[in-house]
Amino acid sequence: MRTRNSVAGRRPFISERLLAAGLLLCGLGLLTLVVPCLRAQQPAAKAPAWAGRLPITELTEEEAILHALNRLGYGPRPGEVERIRAQGLETWIHAQLHPEQIHDAAVARRLERYPTLTMSSGQLLEEFPNPARAARRMGISVEEYRRRMQERRSGSGEASRLTLAQDPTRYTEIRLPGRITAELAMAKLTRAIYSERQLAEVLADFWFNHFNVFAGKGADRWLITSYERDAIRPHVLGKFRDLLGATAEHPAMLFYLDNWLSVDPKASERLEQELARRRELFRQRFGDAPRRSPRGEPFDPFFVVQRQGRMANDPRQLDRQPPAVPGNLPAGQQRARRGLNENYARELLELHTLGVDGGYTQQDILEVARAFTGWTLRALSSDPEFYFDARLHDPGEKVVLGQKIRHGGKKDGEAVLDLLVRHPSTARFIATKLARRFVADHPPDSLVARMAETFQKTDGEIRAVVQTMVYSPEFWSRQAYRAKIKKPFELVASAVRALGAEVEVPLLLVSWVERIGEPLYQCQPPTGYSDRAEAWVNTGALLNRLNFAIALAANRLRGVRVDLSGLLARTDPRDPRAVLDRAVEQFLAGQIAPETRATLERQLEDPQVRQAVLDDPLREINTSLVVGLVLGAPEFQRR
Amino acid sequence: MELTRRVFLKSSGIALLGFSALPGFLTRAVAASQPTGSRRKILVVLFQRGALDGLNAVVPYGETNYYRLRPTIAIPRPQRGNRETALDLDGFFGLHPALEPLVPLFSNRELAIVHAVGSPAYTRSHFDAQDYMESGTPGQKSTVDGWLNRHLQASDAERSEQQGNSPFRAVALSPALPRTLAGAAPAVALADVRQFQVLAPQTVVGGFETMYAQAVDQALRGVGQEMFEAMDLLRRNNPARYQPENGAEYPRSRFGQSLLQVAQLIKADIGLECAFLDSGGWDHHVNEGGVQGPLANLLRDLAQGLAAFHRDLGERMDDVVLVTMSEFGRTVHENGNRGTDHGTATCFLVLGGTVRGGKVYGPWPGLDRGQLFEGRDLALTTDFRVVLSELIARHLGNTRLDVVFPGFPADPKSFLGLLRG
Repeated sequence: MRTRNSVAGRRPFISERLLAAGLLLCGLGLLTLVVPCLRAQQPAAKAPAWAGRLPITELTEEEAILHALNRLGYGPRPGEVERIRAQGLETWIHAQLHPEQIHDAAVARRLERYPTLTMSSGQLLEEFPNPARAARRMGISVEEYRRRMQERRSGSGEASRLTLAQDPTRYTEIRLPGRITAELAMAKLTRAIYSERQLAEVLADFWFNHFNVFAGKGADRWLITSYERDAIRPHVLGKFRDLLGATAEHPAMLFYLDNWLSVDPKASERLEQELARRRELFRQRFGDAPRRSPRGEPFDPFFVVQRQGRMANDPRQLDRQPPAVPGNLPAGQQRARRGLNENYARELLELHTLGVDGGYTQQDILEVARAFTGWTLRALSSDPEFYFDARLHDPGEKVVLGQKIRHGGKKDGEAVLDLLVRHPSTARFIATKLARRFVADHPPDSLVARMAETFQKTDGEIRAVVQTMVYSPEFWSRQAYRAKIKKPFELVASAVRALGAEVEVPLLLVSWVERIGEPLYQCQPPTGYSDRAEAWVNTGALLNRLNFAIALAANRLRGVRVDLSGLLARTDPRDPRAVLDRAVEQFLAGQIAPETRATLERQLEDPQVRQAVLDDPLREINTSLVVGLVLGAPEFQRR
Repeated sequence: MELTRRVFLKSSGIALLGFSALPGFLTRAVAASQPTGSRRKILVVLFQRGALDGLNAVVPYGETNYYRLRPTIAIPRPQRGNRETALDLDGFFGLHPALEPLVPLFSNRELAIVHAVGSPAYTRSHFDAQDYMESGTPGQKSTVDGWLNRHLQASDAERSEQQGNSPFRAVALSPALPRTLAGAAPAVALADVRQFQVLAPQTVVGGFETMYAQAVDQALRGVGQEMFEAMDLLRRNNPARYQPENGAEYPRSRFGQSLLQVAQLIKADIGLECAFLDSGGWDHHVNEGGVQGPLANLLRDLAQGLAAFHRDLGERMDDVVLVTMSEFGRTVHENGNRGTDHGTATCFLVLGGTVRGGKVYGPWPGLDRGQLFEGRDLALTTDFRVVLSELIARHLGNTRLDVVFPGFPADPKSFLGLLRG
């Protein structure tokens, strides 16, 4: 209680100081100058010297470092706590907030394995074509195409019996579009495990999830590589407005939430009038000769849209198919007239900005949808890109959240985004979601309010909002410590990090993340995955958490090399208790409930844990089982 | 000495002696594993994701408009001896020929069909429509739990502690718990019963079990207990060695194998009450096909699976009702790609020993232009909650329909009379 009061009283002071700090940091980039000068401003607080300006009063230094690694990153690697202790926790956090200053060449080299990461959507479509289209081009059936692709992958004879589970390195032979998502998921794990820019990685996951796009929806499988690389990653610590704008214009989002199909219903009327006018002009000049396009079709952008739709790889997956005009025209002659599609507008307000209780109405959704008519894409099947089609745009005035928008054209959508970013509901919603991910399932109001305030004051500077969070006592409270259940991705990444495993091909790790319940890039609804414990704690998922712990510790995952002997060095493999102590120290930082330790100690007496070596009276302990037990313990499921 | 539950369950004689002194979850597990006089009633829910074309599954061949609006994909009127035509049911409706394995079930009155059924949310979005149908609250996005879970919660409140619940009371044959079963009542999601085990030496499994029983984190502790109970029960039933009875042959598809596992769980008598499974791929915008084609293949898989399930369970079908559902139907007219677009009403199947089958239920709205919903869809005449309410009240014996479908007046008078007795 006392802490909270003092925080509330200090609030304006902190914000000003943060602003000053932000300016200094951006302007000078001279960490060495800034930190001491900030430290000098620190009032005589309870925080110990090692904490610097961080308001840490309830955690020990080791706990605070672990907490930082678990929340601002994917958990500690062997020796990392000591490294950060030597460097200073605040220095480490400062660097995390400025990832561009962190040298990260090692992970860049590992990512060279994945050629799709740097390809454009057009290149991906060329290299990994949709089987249906590729088959048509080759004049064979889809089944035949898949069979040939399969054959090319597995070769013949002995090798063909090898599956990817047995030899994951052979994913490079996959020529089907599934390769793209697989590489993206492997790259995501590689970065989480090896990148020094841990906070940026956590935020990349957070923002992708916030602006979720489902790889399984039609053309999106060719689009999400660029989506994450070009729309999400450049802005994870930047301006929220830039991030929002980048997602709004990205083909992946336009396709996923159907905005590319959204058309002013009156546009067809306008178009027909225009056509009639031109026909009349033509008739007056040249008489009644019929005029056709080279394809023999009358020009009609609606028809174009529909044809693009048909080429959209797999229209069966087109969700929220806009209603077609009823009628009984013979098959093939019926031309679907596209109308307004509210899908993007609704999710933009509900999930991307204001939040479900953000104070908007159904009418607002409609008006926003009108503003975004004409935000579409072209060349979906060859080289997809955003473009604004003025012919499909509703030029009329819109009233969104009580404000009139009447620029007309693409600016209408831009104006809506500006409006939304400045709305207090957005500040609050984004602050809540960040605090839920980084601090607690039900984050304290005081913290959310402070973060929202920073969001508004800085016009949506994500770095400043995250900084406010990290410089809040709630972030470092005893209550928040180890209070979050790890998501499946966090569990897998943190376990691999804890073991200091060498990951050559993380394909099997990707499949474990999926089995534990979080298939990467495969979250179908636009809500993204939940950041609350209840979504991740169920019987099937728990079972797989345990099985993963056992398999990883036993070095049973191809493509991942675990060296426990190196890790547990300096312990006598014949002394079970020493091995256990070291494992608990290493993986749980020694923090384990007495009951869990007692259970683990009882395990040591078991003959299956003590390996039976008949002629050796001093039997070695099966360290992998002990480590598996520790990684599967309830304590390791939390961060 | 600590008595592990495994030992304890193996010697059920001791179990009965020590009943009162043991923790609740143990007694529940034992109670659930005891053979009881009256067998549990079981509801199996199959969700067909993607929106089933009810008009090509159960064909209104008596409608000339059906043929006018579907020039290339309609199923021809029944012709005796011609396998490429609809299979007559009642002089007006006929089954898609790929549903042929269901004909005997309809004839012996164990299979009922409800037509023109669906959700009154009138959304044509898969996301929204599935969400509404699974939550059981059309139009309400904020509902947190699923209708089947609320059934479990409501009937929990009315049960005595002694009756107990099995960890397998509610099971979804899927990697993650579906919306239908999400909520406060425990439910298990498992993609494959044969893989529901910790792959480690028995003592290590025991170690995990003890650690989770003592976990400080309440959620982890509760789920841990459920999981180990479930594993114990399953192991004693040796799922890997399951052989379907009566010569039943399930399709090799994921759906067929999931249905086989439901049958297996039912026969294991481990307290199953609600099972959920789903099948995908019903969204045929392009090249839906008619007598042959992608829809026909899915329907064949469905029919073979249901027929095998019925055959395999034999007499046990008296305790079982299986209902199929789908988020909405498809447009009456076919589109320019020989497929159909998102529509409104579709058809559900209801299969079981106590089902008053051999009949197509629900008022038929007709396919004249003026009879179509918004000029394009089969109109909805039966709310899906009417069908489910009847199964929950009359089959599962839960009268708290106000809890299961809040805000929906499920008057028993509105029931279709799908069940006998």
